[in-house]
Amino acid sequence: MRYLPKSPSERQEMLAAIGVRSVEDLFTSIPEKFRLREPLNLPGPLSETEIIQYFQARAAENARGYTSFLGAGAYQHLRSVAADALIQRGEFLTSYTPYQAEFAQGTLTAIFEFQTLMCQLTGQEVANASMYDGSTALTEAVLMAERLTSRSHVLVARSVHPEYRQVLKTYAKNLGLEIEEIGYTESGQLDRAALKPETLAKAAAVVVQSPNFFGVLEDLPALAEIAHAQSSLLISTITEAVSLGIVRPPAEADIVAMEGQAFGIAPSYGGPYVGVIATREKNVRQMPGRLAGQTTDSTGNRGFVLTLATREQHIRREKATSNICTNEALYALAATIHLCLIGKEGLREQALQNLAKARFAQAEFEKIPGIRRVFSGPTFNEFTLEFPRSVKMINADLLKENIIGPYALGTHYPDLTKRAVVCVTETTPRAEIERFAAAVRRILEKPV
Amino acid sequence: MNSKLTDLEAPTKNVGKARAHVTQNEGLIFEQSAPGKRGMELPPLDVPAVDPAAALGKAFTRDSIEGFPEVSEIEVIRHFTRLSTWNYAIDLGMYPLGSCTMKYNPRVNEFVARLEGLATEHPEQPGEVSQGCLRILYDLQKCLLSITGMDAATLQPAAGAQGELTGLLMIRAYLESQGNARHKVLIPDSAHGTNPASVVIAGYEVQNIKSNSRGQLDTDHLREFVTDDVAALMITNPSTLGVFEERIAEIAAILHERGALLYMDGANMNALAGVTRPGDFGVDVMHLNLHKTFSTPHGGGGPGAGPVMVKKILEPFLPVPVVVQKQDDTYALDHNRPKSVGRVRAYAGNFGVLLRALAYTLAYGPGIRQATEDAVVNANYIRKNLEPYFDLPYNLPSMHEVVFSDARQKARGVNTMDIAKRLIDYGFHPYTTAFPLIVPGAMMIEPTESESKQECDLFIDAMRSIAAEVEANPELVKTAPHSTRVGRLDEVAAARKPILRWKPA
Repeated sequence: MRYLPKSPSERQEMLAAIGVRSVEDLFTSIPEKFRLREPLNLPGPLSETEIIQYFQARAAENARGYTSFLGAGAYQHLRSVAADALIQRGEFLTSYTPYQAEFAQGTLTAIFEFQTLMCQLTGQEVANASMYDGSTALTEAVLMAERLTSRSHVLVARSVHPEYRQVLKTYAKNLGLEIEEIGYTESGQLDRAALKPETLAKAAAVVVQSPNFFGVLEDLPALAEIAHAQSSLLISTITEAVSLGIVRPPAEADIVAMEGQAFGIAPSYGGPYVGVIATREKNVRQMPGRLAGQTTDSTGNRGFVLTLATREQHIRREKATSNICTNEALYALAATIHLCLIGKEGLREQALQNLAKARFAQAEFEKIPGIRRVFSGPTFNEFTLEFPRSVKMINADLLKENIIGPYALGTHYPDLTKRAVVCVTETTPRAEIERFAAAVRRILEKPV
Repeated sequence: MNSKLTDLEAPTKNVGKARAHVTQNEGLIFEQSAPGKRGMELPPLDVPAVDPAAALGKAFTRDSIEGFPEVSEIEVIRHFTRLSTWNYAIDLGMYPLGSCTMKYNPRVNEFVARLEGLATEHPEQPGEVSQGCLRILYDLQKCLLSITGMDAATLQPAAGAQGELTGLLMIRAYLESQGNARHKVLIPDSAHGTNPASVVIAGYEVQNIKSNSRGQLDTDHLREFVTDDVAALMITNPSTLGVFEERIAEIAAILHERGALLYMDGANMNALAGVTRPGDFGVDVMHLNLHKTFSTPHGGGGPGAGPVMVKKILEPFLPVPVVVQKQDDTYALDHNRPKSVGRVRAYAGNFGVLLRALAYTLAYGPGIRQATEDAVVNANYIRKNLEPYFDLPYNLPSMHEVVFSDARQKARGVNTMDIAKRLIDYGFHPYTTAFPLIVPGAMMIEPTESESKQECDLFIDAMRSIAAEVEANPELVKTAPHSTRVGRLDEVAAARKPILRWKPA
């Protein structure tokens, strides 16, 4: 077997050195009746060529050659060859969590840079590296708010990603955390009138997403003021992080829970991505996840170490801030490299292109009879349309034209079956937007 | 600085398999930034430009991002390449971190994870155009069930710790359906720290139980703890001592008699794959760490994947969605599972990690047993060769890892961390120090099957040489490493006044 570096005679030599006759003798601590006598029922072994053939065959069964207008938490953005090449360097790819700092300064330095970039983008003072994804980052942010405020009620906007809310519910269920959902207005933004002072006074946090699931930006400074008046925290989650290139950073939020996939990470059918929590320095001891800190060695050389580990499970066990251990370090590195490459000007340009293309697409759709744009609040690269009939039916027709249609809100909002969220990024060519709009027009002209 | 350390005076001197080597100094990327440089260009905008302040309103926009890097592509390449040379990696040599299973990460897995049609797929795209992704998930499930002898699986958990939580939530849901969720989960004192942390999030109370003098669970002792208020026992098998719990079936029976369940932390599955199946010895729920046993790269701390396998009785409680094969042989995500514990993360899991694990499994097929055997041979070979030099606190048959202690070296004022740091000078990553907690001064060594006899011999030579240094020149070991870019770093200062981001001077 090509992954195993021993010859048969070396195996024998090693067994002889150990002092056993056969390898079986090394497994005698397993009760006889539980030792397998037959080979496992598994496909393979496959050569490298056959492995590639298997996966190429699977790739051909997917949506290759389709144009997609899906966003809803995972985005098709520019990725660079350089970043992907760098994360495949064995020294990054095949190294462990940098507990032995002297032998892992590469990873630790990159983590420190990641933390810095996340702070610069979010306007926060400290960021961890990292959480599993946006959905668990949000859940951990809520648990963090509960610890910071000693309150167990949470107000969550219905315009937060539905799957993020589901994850929060799963975690909250056994922790005595009470979740109350807050609706949205015509603008698509959180219904501030529903934030009653008496409710806020018992709430650990108000949780919003911006841009939210409908694509609309929330007025974070105003929400922060309302929450803070009752000593509640504001948690802002971000699924479309490229927006930070032009959108006001969530600096007024107390905790930011972000999905970093938009920073050059492939959609990859849902993962691996990279979650991040960013917050104020004063909250850091209640923040979960790994942190790299700057320090020096005895000769004064700058170096980095994992720090504030007394928050973590390997030290505190049941008293830890979280059970997280393995995180998404390689994708934090990928995002770091990507952001260094695209840089200050590039990220802004990318965000502007998203905005311009989304506005172009929006205008194309507004020309189609029967379609109207809903939610009047400001939007970035996603916007919500209302169609004259069920989105699911329209999407089924679009699929026949190699177009993966917009996200059907009816999946999670039973009252919104005719509404869909369209996502357009810098990777969507104008011609595809036009083809998409023309296809929708044709589909709607067809009698039902 | 090392003027007393004679063996390091000559820069070309060999220390075991290693010799000092120039690495380049490199500042932070922010320190190389200058206005107007960039490392990536976009295709020109093919629609009319939009003024953000006009489109969004001035209050919703930002000016440029202060301090954000402006560097060229070559600077980014050099920067991260230089950083990478400051790391150790499996690709450079043995990485004997006990309980971490640092094995070879096959390159073909990286290749297939990047294929157009797999890396490019959106998690919300319709099932009709996701059959390839779903089949990959389904095939992996089948393989993992075959290897573990369990009945049903979820691939959603993002890592081992999330798998633990998922398993515990299912145990809770099952017991609730039986009328009583109960209050306690038992955890042996040798367990990983994630176990108790996960128990708390599942809403249970941790009850720690002591291992006996053989480092194993004492069944009489266990009986006293297993009351009607105990939901489950979380056991790591082989234990963190690398020893198989010989009475595992009896342990399962004790729990089952009182209506409690047996959870197995599969962190050490690398000792068992192809040799024995947890489903056969009484385990009700378990997770696997695909970034350990199934070779997906650790990447400096993640990503991982922590699939959970269960017995039939727990199947209704699996997180949604569940990957299923339909009667027409197509695949789908089943969301309609009324008894489900819910969702533990967005989408269907760390797909890119899961597909790498499938590539690994397909490469071996039933031959995965050979990998297990080689891993166990390596651990026992190292044990045999180091036993004369280091204290072995639990003299029990080792499986995939061996735990020594620094008891002998302590007499010379040298501890496990010092020895670990000295290993770096010999060109090896340290073993796991200070874990498991039941062994004071633990030195936990897991070579995995990926090491040749030659690499094992070099490691043994390094450890023996360090043992000799401890006698002859303990200071040399206590001040190690001597060959890295930085010496021992001041962790206390780092924690006392945390500097957690770069700021412009």
